[in-house]
Amino acid sequence: MAALNQRIAFTDERSMLLETAVAFCREKSPIRAVRDLLASETGFDPAVWDEMTALGWSGIAIPERHGGSGLTLAEAATIAEPMGRHLLATPYASTQIAVQALLAGANAAQQAESLPRIAQGAIATVAVFESEGDWDLTHIGSTATITHGTARLDGQKSLVVDATVADLLLASVMLDGAPALAIIDTAALPPGRLRPESIIDETRRNAGLDLTGLDLPATALITGPAALTAIRDAGLLLATAEACGGIAGVLDVTVDYLNTRNAFGRKIGSYQSLKHTCADILVGLERSRSHLFHAATLCAANEPAEIALRMAKAESSDVFAHAGDRAIQFHGGFGFTWDCDAQLYLRRALWLQYSFGDAPHHRRKLADLLLG
Amino acid sequence: MTDLDSFRTEVAAWFEANRPPEPDFLLPESFMEVGTDQQFDYLRAWQRKIYEAGYLGMAWPTQYGGGGKPQAFQDIVNAEMTRQKVPFVPNTIGLNWAGPLILAIGTEAEKQRYIKNILSAEDIWCQGFSEPDNGSDLAATTTRATSDGDHYILNGAKIWTSLGSYAKYMILLARTEPGSTRYAGLSYFLCPMHTPGIETQPIRKLTGEYGFTQTFFRDARIPADCLMGREGEGWKIAMMTLTFERGATGGQAGGIARQALNVHDVLELAQTARRDGRPAIEDPLMRDQLVRFLIEDQGDRLTATRGTIPALCTERPHAIPLSQKLRTSEHRRRLLQFALTLQGANAPRWVGDANTFEGGKWQRAYFNSFSSTIGGGTSQIQANIVAERVLGLPKD
Repeated sequence: MAALNQRIAFTDERSMLLETAVAFCREKSPIRAVRDLLASETGFDPAVWDEMTALGWSGIAIPERHGGSGLTLAEAATIAEPMGRHLLATPYASTQIAVQALLAGANAAQQAESLPRIAQGAIATVAVFESEGDWDLTHIGSTATITHGTARLDGQKSLVVDATVADLLLASVMLDGAPALAIIDTAALPPGRLRPESIIDETRRNAGLDLTGLDLPATALITGPAALTAIRDAGLLLATAEACGGIAGVLDVTVDYLNTRNAFGRKIGSYQSLKHTCADILVGLERSRSHLFHAATLCAANEPAEIALRMAKAESSDVFAHAGDRAIQFHGGFGFTWDCDAQLYLRRALWLQYSFGDAPHHRRKLADLLLG
Repeated sequence: MTDLDSFRTEVAAWFEANRPPEPDFLLPESFMEVGTDQQFDYLRAWQRKIYEAGYLGMAWPTQYGGGGKPQAFQDIVNAEMTRQKVPFVPNTIGLNWAGPLILAIGTEAEKQRYIKNILSAEDIWCQGFSEPDNGSDLAATTTRATSDGDHYILNGAKIWTSLGSYAKYMILLARTEPGSTRYAGLSYFLCPMHTPGIETQPIRKLTGEYGFTQTFFRDARIPADCLMGREGEGWKIAMMTLTFERGATGGQAGGIARQALNVHDVLELAQTARRDGRPAIEDPLMRDQLVRFLIEDQGDRLTATRGTIPALCTERPHAIPLSQKLRTSEHRRRLLQFALTLQGANAPRWVGDANTFEGGKWQRAYFNSFSSTIGGGTSQIQANIVAERVLGLPKD
């Protein structure tokens, strides 16, 4: 079996960043603001996005020479945890995933064109899933064909997060039998190419993307396998970070209710069947956070992180889905209503569970990696 | 090559050459499980052999039989014993709890009298803290020690006395001040077990084996110089003992106290055990379970690391330490339960059956795993503690 280590590096810089992000998300994303945004068209508050850009967060992992903060995916994930906790609606995670793809796979000219824009606040996302529902990002039905310097695309992408607000899209296609990514400037997209999709987490906006007959300069293609791997890794780490924040958030909502509501003459939180479940969820949260910061440590150090990432994603998304499910139940009749905040967390948990592979998917991959 | 490196090589070679032959009976898993004379004699001889080779009490003072070397040498020995999975040494309570205590606060006479025989396993030690009615609430101790001239007269009972049948001495917590309650009025004794009026009665465990006794004191007279420290200092000295017991303070003689089965042993089992006619590790459902245990095990190891980084424990600083027992003991119980599942149709065999896996140690280990989900506060109490003290939920 592959030897596992237990390293967690948490620099003073990450520690300060975490403190800042915790305070920021608490202030900018009270539950009332989350609910107000549910009904909005874009799903996020551009003023908050501008503030995040000013703090250097959109470009946190972008090198300084491209106008970014010059940090790593570990810092990006550190910020994402409190965002998950407060259900902050933001295209932050999609943008970070696109940044990692550009850093890992784009050539110098492509980087010089895209990264400074993102550091200045442009929103980016990746279009890597199709209606087949395959989590293996290299299984791609869409294609690109190059003729005389022009790439003609074909195919349909689905579940593209934040597509309707993105400035840049990175869409996976097959080029000469190998995966590639097409960099698409949404300003140049003909109308009607994006079809909004209805998804379980209403704090998010998703769309399908129609690539049929779309022409791009061949120079807008990213080739080689590195970018897709970077998308998977960043997707797993950021989903884990959001889930860890979400577990803590939904546990808070639940514990508050158990400390308030009375039944049969006592606080319902004094009943052991509720108490012990909360203790189990806390145990799951502690393990999940440990997996998160270990995986972040390996990613930041450019060490092999596949096992750590899959473990982190499997553990955190199972715990979050369970915590969300129990939060509904423990709120009793109120839990069955739209007004109970537990449903917001359950929806988020389910979205995250099925993003970039659910727990059984990752355990199956881990079995091959760990058990031979 | 440094001194320590060459020492490591020497130690590795010694244990390879001297590990005792596999016995034709099942060894206990820890010092708490020693239940037969056969097991006891085998383990005691093994400890004596290690001590005579100079590999126990290496950092203890030479005038009492120790090695007088830096702790790093003993650490190397302990690590090598774990790595080579050699049998454990049985006199844990003497080596790691009573011994360091005597060296720290004992009189010169006590050190001369007890230390060397602890190391050689000549004198086995046991502990008399828990009582039948008090579980782990030590402040509720009711066993009495009544001063009578140059003796104390003991009356009462202790329970869960590991090695009680074999011990020559007991570290004993008893109440010397009549009418006192809780922490005050307790005293600490180094009590000779072979005293008229002290009787041990073995407790038969769910495995069918022995390993603990209940210990009864009926007008047992022990010499007054068995008192450690002064009357009334019992609570303080008991707490000091617990810091040695938990390894929170250095000073232990060393050696290993158990041979616990872990997730990696379960992985090995999965390669050899068969279900439905093929290796268990090829069964997709077994693979999924194994990975779950590996994720959990790694999660707990990582959590131990994260617990040392304050910036990652700011919100609930007590969450990691207060949940540790609940997390690890329940993980272990479920892991061992699963180890039976891996054995498929052979799982219901028991110790002594010719076709059982590795002598039935998995079945026995599963049963014994309840000692940690029950002892020291049950998992249900631990969950209450986590819910109330970490999450702030109301008491019931």
